[in-house]
Amino acid sequence: MAQKPVIELEGIRRDFVVGEETVHALRGVSFTIREGEFVTIMGTSGSGKSTLLNILGCLDTPTSGEYRLDGTPVRSMSKNQRAVLRNRKIGFVFQSYNLLAKTTAVENVELPLMYNSAIGARERRERAVTALQRVGLGDRLNHKSNQMSGGQMQRVAIARALVNDPAVILADEATGNLDTRTSFEILVLFQKLHAEGRTIIFVTHNPEIAQYSTRTITLSDGKLRDDRVNDHILDAAEKLASLPVEED
Amino acid sequence: MNILSLFRIALKAIGANKMRSFLTMLGIIIGVSSVIIMLALGTGSKATIMQEIADVDPGTFMIIPGPDYEEVGGNWLPEYNQAITQADYQSILEKNKYLKAVCPMVYSSGQYINGKNNHSCTLQGVNNEFLVINGLSITEGDMFTENEIKGSAKVCILGKTVVDKLFSKDADPIGTVIRINNIPVRVVGVLKSKGRTAFGQDQDDIVLMPYTTVMKRMTSQNYFDMIYAAATSKAMTSLAVDDVTEILRTNHKLKDTDIQDFRINSLEEATSMVDKVMNILTLLLSCIAGISLLVGGIGIMNIMYVSVTERTREIGLRMSVGARTVDIMSQFLIEAIMISVTGGLIGVLIGGGIAYLARFIMMNYTDYHILISVEPWSVLLAFMVCTVTGIFFGWYPAKKAANLDPIEALRYE
Ligand SMILES: Nc1ncnc2c1ncn2[C@@H]1O[C@H](COP(=O)(O)OP(=O)(O)OP(=O)(O)O)[C@@H](O)[C@H]1O
Ligand SMILES: [Mg+2]
Repeated sequence: MAQKPVIELEGIRRDFVVGEETVHALRGVSFTIREGEFVTIMGTSGSGKSTLLNILGCLDTPTSGEYRLDGTPVRSMSKNQRAVLRNRKIGFVFQSYNLLAKTTAVENVELPLMYNSAIGARERRERAVTALQRVGLGDRLNHKSNQMSGGQMQRVAIARALVNDPAVILADEATGNLDTRTSFEILVLFQKLHAEGRTIIFVTHNPEIAQYSTRTITLSDGKLRDDRVNDHILDAAEKLASLPVEED
Repeated sequence: MNILSLFRIALKAIGANKMRSFLTMLGIIIGVSSVIIMLALGTGSKATIMQEIADVDPGTFMIIPGPDYEEVGGNWLPEYNQAITQADYQSILEKNKYLKAVCPMVYSSGQYINGKNNHSCTLQGVNNEFLVINGLSITEGDMFTENEIKGSAKVCILGKTVVDKLFSKDADPIGTVIRINNIPVRVVGVLKSKGRTAFGQDQDDIVLMPYTTVMKRMTSQNYFDMIYAAATSKAMTSLAVDDVTEILRTNHKLKDTDIQDFRINSLEEATSMVDKVMNILTLLLSCIAGISLLVGGIGIMNIMYVSVTERTREIGLRMSVGARTVDIMSQFLIEAIMISVTGGLIGVLIGGGIAYLARFIMMNYTDYHILISVEPWSVLLAFMVCTVTGIFFGWYPAKKAANLDPIEALRYE
C-alpha cells in the first residue's frame, strides 16, 4: 500500500472563542490519509470529530496547523479554489443533514451539480435520480425535505454527497439515524465506493461499523488517542444478507 | 457558472419560498404604491390650490369702507361703515384713468319665494359691470339695463342653484315674478353655471339685483358696502389702486395726518401671500415624499432582514456544496432584482390605480374636486427608491454571508 497521500494534517488546532472563554476543540492533530483508504473516526461526544471533519471538508479554517489536500496547502488556496474543490472532489454528509427547506429530494441532490456548468440539465437530473436510487429513495424523488423522516433526509444527504462523484467522501454520523438494515445497506454502498477507489472518512459512534473500514482513528478531548489499521475487514454485503429481511 | 443557470437557481429559490418572496414583494408593493398615492395627493392639492388662487383675476380690487382695523384699534366709529358713498362712485367713474369696470355693491339677506318653493341666500345689489369683474355671463334672458338701474327696477338675475330650488324642471324662469323679502321681483336673466370651487363652495347659489333697488327697497341705505373695481390689465393694478386712493382722499378732503376712512384690498397684495402658500405647499410635499419614502424603505428593509437567518444558512449550505462567492452574490442579486422590480411594477400599477380611482370618486361623487395627479417624476422616484432599497437589502446580507466560512454561515443564528 504505497498510495499517494490525499490528506496530510500537521498540528491542526481549532479554538472557538465563546464569550470570555476559549474552547479548544482540536489540540494539535496530525495524521496522513492515503488515496483509497476507508477511515472511521471514533471518539466520545464532544471529542472534536465534527470539527475535524469540517476542516477536512474545507468548510472551516483551522486556527493553526497545516492541512495539505492532494499536496496543496489549503491555507494558500483562494476561497473560490476551495469552493470548486468542494464541488468537484468532496462529498460531505452533515450530522444535521442540512437540506434546502421546502425543496424536493431530487432538487436537493441536484444542488452540487447546479454549481458545475459542465453538467447540463438533463445529465444533472439523471445523476440525481441515480444517486437517490442508490440510497433506496427511488420512489421519493419529489418529496419535499419537510415531508420526510430523519432517516430519509439522511439518505438524501448521502445521495447529495455522492452525486458529484467525489474523490473523497466525508460523512458525519451518516448512519446515526438509520435502522440496522438500512445502515448496512449504506455501509455496503460505502464499501462499494471504496472498492471503486474512493477515499472515505466516516465519523461514527458505533464500534461495529469500524470493523468494515480499513483504519480507525480515535479522538479524545481534541487529541489523537489511537490510530490503527484494521486487518480483518468485514464484508457489509455478507452481514446484510444475514440480517432478517422482514425488518424494514 | 453561466447567467442562465444562475437565473434558474434564483427562480428555484423564489419558488421554494413563495410566502417569503411574496411578503418581500408585498413590502415593496406597499412602499411604492403608498409613496405614489401620497405624492399624487400632495401634488394634486397643490395644483388645485394654485388654480383656485389663479381663478380670481389679480387685476381686481375692493374699495372697502373704514380704515385698517389695526390702525384705529378699538375706536371704530359708526360713520366708518358709511364712508363709501354714491358721490365717491361718481367721482371714480368720472376721474379714473386705469379702470375697465367699477361696480358698487350692497348686500342684504335674501328670502326667495316662488309659489310653494322657497330658498335663501345672500342678495347682492350690483350694477351690470359685475359680470365683467367676476367673469360671469348670462345664459338665458338678459342682464338688467342702465335704465332699470336708474329706475330702481324690481328685476333680478338668478344663479342656477337658485333656479333649481325655486322652479320645477321645465318651467321657464324668465319673466316670472318671484317674491324677494316679500317684494315682487321679475326674473330677467339666469347666470351661466360655474359649478363649485375645489373646496366645495357653490358658485351658483347667487342672486343679483340693481344696487339702487336693494338700497332703496330692501336695506334703505345711502352708502355702499364696497366698490369692486377691475384695472385695465393686471400690470395696471397698482397704478389703478393709487389713482383711486387719490380720488377718494380728495373727495373725503383728507389731510396727510388724517386717518384714511377707507381701505383697498388688492389681490396684487395677495400675490406675495400666494408665493408663501406655494412655498409652504412645496415644503409640505417634500416632507410627504420624504416620510413616505422613509416608511416604505424601512418596511422593505425589515422584511428583507427578517429572512437573513434562514438565508444565511442557505448560503452556508450552497457554499458547502461548491457555490463560489460570485455565484451566491449573483443569485441573490438576481433574486432581489426580480422580486423588487416585479414588486415595484405592481406597486406602480396599484398606486396609480388607487390614485386615479380616488380622483374619479372625488370628481364625481363629492364636492371636493382635488386634481389628484400621478406625476411621472413621483412614479420614477417611488419606483427607484423602493426598488433600489429592496435590491440592496436583498443583496447586502448575502454579501456578508458569502464572506463567511461555510460552516459559520451554516451555524448562523
Ligand atoms: N461553533 C462552535 N463554537 C464553540 N464551540 C464549539 C463550536 N463547535 C464545536 N464546539 C465545541 O468543540 C468541541 C467539539 O465539538 P464537535 O462538534 O467537534 O464534537 P463531536 O466529537 O462531533 O461530538 P458529537 O459526537 O456529539 O457530534 C465541543 O466541546 C463543542 O462544544
Ligand atoms: Mg459531531
